Amino acid sequence: MGWTRKDLLAMRDLDAGEILLLVDTAASLQEIATREIKKVPALRGKTVVNLFYEASTRTRTSFEIAGKWLSADVVNFSAGGSSVSKGESFIDTAKNIAAMSPDVVVVRHAASGAAALLARELPCSIVNAGDGTHEHPTQALLDLLTIRERKGHFEGLHVAIVGDIAHSRVARSNIHGMKKLGMTVTVAGPPTLIPPFVQELGVKVAYRLEDAIRDVDVIMMLRLQHERMAAGLIPSLREYARYWGLSLDRLARHARPDVLIMHPGPVNRGVELAPEVADGPYSVILDQVAKGVAVRMAVLLLLAGGKGGDGA
Amino acid sequence: MSSPARPSREKAQVLDEAALDRALTRIAHEILERNGGAADLAFVGLRTRGITLAHRLAAKIARIDGAALPVGTLDITLYRDDLAMRGTPVIRGTDIPFSIKGKTVVLVDDVLFTGRTIRAALDAIIDLGRPTAIQLACLIDRGHRELPIRPDYVGKNLPTSRRESVAVRLREHDGEDRVVIEEPEEA
Repeated sequence: MGWTRKDLLAMRDLDAGEILLLVDTAASLQEIATREIKKVPALRGKTVVNLFYEASTRTRTSFEIAGKWLSADVVNFSAGGSSVSKGESFIDTAKNIAAMSPDVVVVRHAASGAAALLARELPCSIVNAGDGTHEHPTQALLDLLTIRERKGHFEGLHVAIVGDIAHSRVARSNIHGMKKLGMTVTVAGPPTLIPPFVQELGVKVAYRLEDAIRDVDVIMMLRLQHERMAAGLIPSLREYARYWGLSLDRLARHARPDVLIMHPGPVNRGVELAPEVADGPYSVILDQVAKGVAVRMAVLLLLAGGKGGDGA
Repeated sequence: MSSPARPSREKAQVLDEAALDRALTRIAHEILERNGGAADLAFVGLRTRGITLAHRLAAKIARIDGAALPVGTLDITLYRDDLAMRGTPVIRGTDIPFSIKGKTVVLVDDVLFTGRTIRAALDAIIDLGRPTAIQLACLIDRGHRELPIRPDYVGKNLPTSRRESVAVRLREHDGEDRVVIEEPEEA
C-alpha cells in the first residue's frame, strides 16, 4: 500500500487503505513524543509553510511541532500583518510563497475549496487544514486514531456527532472517514443546524440529544459557533445548552458507561459541554490534541518524505 | 534489504538450520567473552529479522549465563539517507522500553551490506540517549561496504556479487531456518 497523492485535501477523496496508512503511520510516530530528544531527521532540508487565513491554536501549533520534530524548516504565515492587509489576493500571496520553493503548504481559509484551488495552481504539496465549511481532514484522522486506540478497531462502531452539523468541516471529514471504515454515524442537532442533504452521506439523523447518545461508542460534541445565534439559527445560547448541552446527568442516564467523549476544540464550557464532562473520565479531548501532532507528522512524512530530493 | 522486487531464484544454500543455530550460539559466547559477562548489556534488533535474531541471542545468553537481557526494537526508516528514493515510507515504530544510558548496546541485524542501515541505526540510537558503547552483531556479512563500518560479531562472512541478494529465512517469519543466496531470474 503506497501513498501516491500530491496533496491531502479531503477525507472524501481517500479510500479506506489510504486512511489506514495515515492512521498506522501516525500511531508509529507517537513514540517520538516520549523521547528525550524529540527530533528525527526524516524531513531534513524540506520546507513547510503554514498559510493560515483563519484563527487557530491547535492545528497551526501542531503542524509546526510536527514539522520541527521531523526536522523540516517550518515557516508560519498568518494573514494579519502580511501583504493581505495591503490588498494582495489569496492566489497571489500563495504563488509568491510557492516561488520560494516550499515542499508543503498547509492552508486554512474561510472559503470552501481554497485548498483545492492551491493544489491546482501550485506545484508543491498542499494540506487542507480547514477550508470553510468543507473539510478538515487532519482533524478527522486524529479523531480516528484516538478512537482506534481506545476501542481497538473501527468496524461496527457507532458514533454520534452532535451540534452544528451544517457548518462543521470537522463533522463532514469525520463522516466520510468513518463511513469508509465501516462505522455507523448518527448526526444530531437543532433542525436549523442539520443540512438538508445529510442523509446522502449515509448517516442517521436524530433530533433529540437523548436519542442520539443512546448505545453509541463515541459521542463527538461540536463547538457551537456563536455567530450562528446572530444568524437566527438558534434562539439563545441558554436554550441550546438546555437541549443540546451534554451534562453529567444526561450522560449517566442515556449513554453507555464506556462511551468516549470527544470534542475538536475550542470548547464552549457550559454550552455544548458541561465542564465536569469536558474534564471527566470519559473525555479524551486532550488525548485528541496529543494525537494531532502524530497525525500531522504522518501527513507531512507521506507527502514530503517519499519523493523529491536526490536521496543524498 | 534481503529480498529484491525482481523475480529471483535460489543459487546456493549458505547456512542450514543447525549451522545457523551454531553461529548464534558462538556469537552469544563471543558477546559474553568480549564484555566480561552480561552486566549492563542490552540488545537492539533492527526491523524485521534483526529483532528475531536479537531475541534468540538474548535467549542463548539467558541459558549460558542466566542473565535476562532487555531487547528493544529499532525502526530506522526516519533516519535513512535514501528516504526520498524509496517511495512510501512505512513506519513501524521504535520500541526500546529501557534506558540505554550507561548500557553496552549490541545492535543486531540479519545481513550487513553497504553499512548505510547501520549508519542510520547509530544515529537513531544516539538520539535516544548515550550508551557506553555500541557493538554490532550480524548473521551474514556480505561485503560491499560503502561506509567505514565493521561488525564486532559475524555469523558468516559471505563474499557475494552485487547482483545477488542474501535471504535470511527464519522460522518466526518464513517457517524455516536457513540462509540462501539468490540471483535475479535471467530475462
